[in-house]
Amino acid sequence: MNQNYSLTQKAIERLISNKLSLFGGVYILLLVLIAIFTPLLAPYDYAYQDLSLGPSGPSSAHLLGTDTLGRDLLTRMMYGSRISLMVGFLATLVALVIGVLWGTVAGFSGGRVDAIMMRIVDVLYGIPFIILIILLMVIFGRNLILLFMAIGAVEWLTMSRIVRSQVMSLSKQEFVLAAEAMGVKKRDIISRHLIPNAMGPVIVYATLTVPQIMLLEAFLSFLGLGVQAPMSSWGILIRDGAVSMEEYWWLLVFPSLAFSLTLFSLNFMGDGLRDALDPRTGPN
Amino acid sequence: MISLILRRLGTAIPVLLAVITLTFFMVHSAPGGPFDEEKAVSPEVLIKLNERYNLNEPLWEQYFSYIGNVLKGDFGPSFRYPSRSVTELISTGLPITFELALYAILFALMLGILAGVISSLRPNTAYDYIPMTVAMAGICIPSIILGPSLTLIFGIWLNWLPVTGWGDIPGDKILPTITLGTAYAAYCARLTRGGMLEILNQDFIRTARAKGLSEFRVVVVHALRGGLTPVIAFLGPAMAGLLAGSFVVETIFGIPGLGRFYVEAAFNRDYTMILGTSIFFSCLIIAFNLLSDLVAASLNPRLRDQ
Repeated sequence: MNQNYSLTQKAIERLISNKLSLFGGVYILLLVLIAIFTPLLAPYDYAYQDLSLGPSGPSSAHLLGTDTLGRDLLTRMMYGSRISLMVGFLATLVALVIGVLWGTVAGFSGGRVDAIMMRIVDVLYGIPFIILIILLMVIFGRNLILLFMAIGAVEWLTMSRIVRSQVMSLSKQEFVLAAEAMGVKKRDIISRHLIPNAMGPVIVYATLTVPQIMLLEAFLSFLGLGVQAPMSSWGILIRDGAVSMEEYWWLLVFPSLAFSLTLFSLNFMGDGLRDALDPRTGPN
Repeated sequence: MISLILRRLGTAIPVLLAVITLTFFMVHSAPGGPFDEEKAVSPEVLIKLNERYNLNEPLWEQYFSYIGNVLKGDFGPSFRYPSRSVTELISTGLPITFELALYAILFALMLGILAGVISSLRPNTAYDYIPMTVAMAGICIPSIILGPSLTLIFGIWLNWLPVTGWGDIPGDKILPTITLGTAYAAYCARLTRGGMLEILNQDFIRTARAKGLSEFRVVVVHALRGGLTPVIAFLGPAMAGLLAGSFVVETIFGIPGLGRFYVEAAFNRDYTMILGTSIFFSCLIIAFNLLSDLVAASLNPRLRDQ
């Protein structure tokens, strides 16, 4: 058993002992599985609507009821989760890639390159991106790919700062100096030694970024600036629910519950991961 | 302090220029604009429209004259309502949005600081867990859910509070304020707790206690000043979030503020209105960030040299 293995094991033990983050992890895992297999699992076809039935409350045929067009709410929520999760995870991935590369290069280069790169991040930090994203959606249409590219391109800033400070402290340590002395190429030092060792805080921050992005997508969809019909996301379902909640409460309540629980789970998972990966904090 | 102000202004001004430039060229490169050739508009009308909005000049000339006008506080006429200027629309909506944001931030600060202080005084007990779990719930129930839910419960089922308008019926400001402020109250609580926990362990607090000061004086006079630094630093970004949140809250509650104008302009493709409000919002957000930086620096001398 090497040192690294036992550290990982301890982290996993700590994570499991934290009930809330365990619950969060299980919930997210289930949700992702459901989202992936929605076409197989959904009780009805996505386009199916029973206009003669119209809006009906939860029943054995429609577990969570139907909407004003007689569409099965559970089916719509399952398909909506695909969009919401996809935007959340893909935009985080975009942010992760840009942020890790930017932060590593800045932190490893140091000196003037670092100063210029971090200055750019400082300036970008000042830009109110929510306005620019709305503008982008208005001008170039509500394109899903554009949406998560834009969000991801915004969310990398904090990520790059975290990675940079990690890399700067790591690159002064002996094992990196040793690798340099042995003549390992800079590219290999970065990819083999620096990035893997800086991953802990990055994973934590990424877990906490996913709910932020899902929230942003829901915001935009709620305003009618997110994904377009016939696609649906939780933001759109919540907006539809808010419109008809006076008569049909279930249209608001179920999508809201699903969305809130998801945000809850992701946040607790992030907190739990932070405690698990950083032995200095946490309850003990 | 003066050099700090100058340095911060030195970042804020290029950012502002970058935002104006970016928004201007984004809006002008928009496909399907109001003057798109595909639209059936008679040539005379087109000429008049082009003259009215200076669209005949080359783009860079329009850009410089636009910047010149913006500096004078003139955002040009609205595309959608040609009789009204964008500046006019902004000045009717702004006081309402400001009032809403002010109430929300006051609500957030009062509730958040109180909860944060209570939980920091007895960490890892029920006094800590309960407020912090509620705070987590506050973060995870976004305004797009909270607003409709509060409306449904207090407006429709219980019929206690009005659900639309702003200042028309007594009590109609309560639900929008809570909807907008809750998430920030939750963040304030978490930040206050973190800041207080750090301060309460320091030597000067022990000294204050050893002097025999009352617990109230130790907490409120000595600890809170340093413990609130993270909250103050959060106020700038929070203001930005509040303005963006006002888009949703004003739409839900039918409040005639700037946020709703912005969303409407986005739907109507009212390009000058979008451009004007975008720039205006950006200025506000940058100004608030600057302000909260300065306040944080004046509270914590160590930040001044950074």
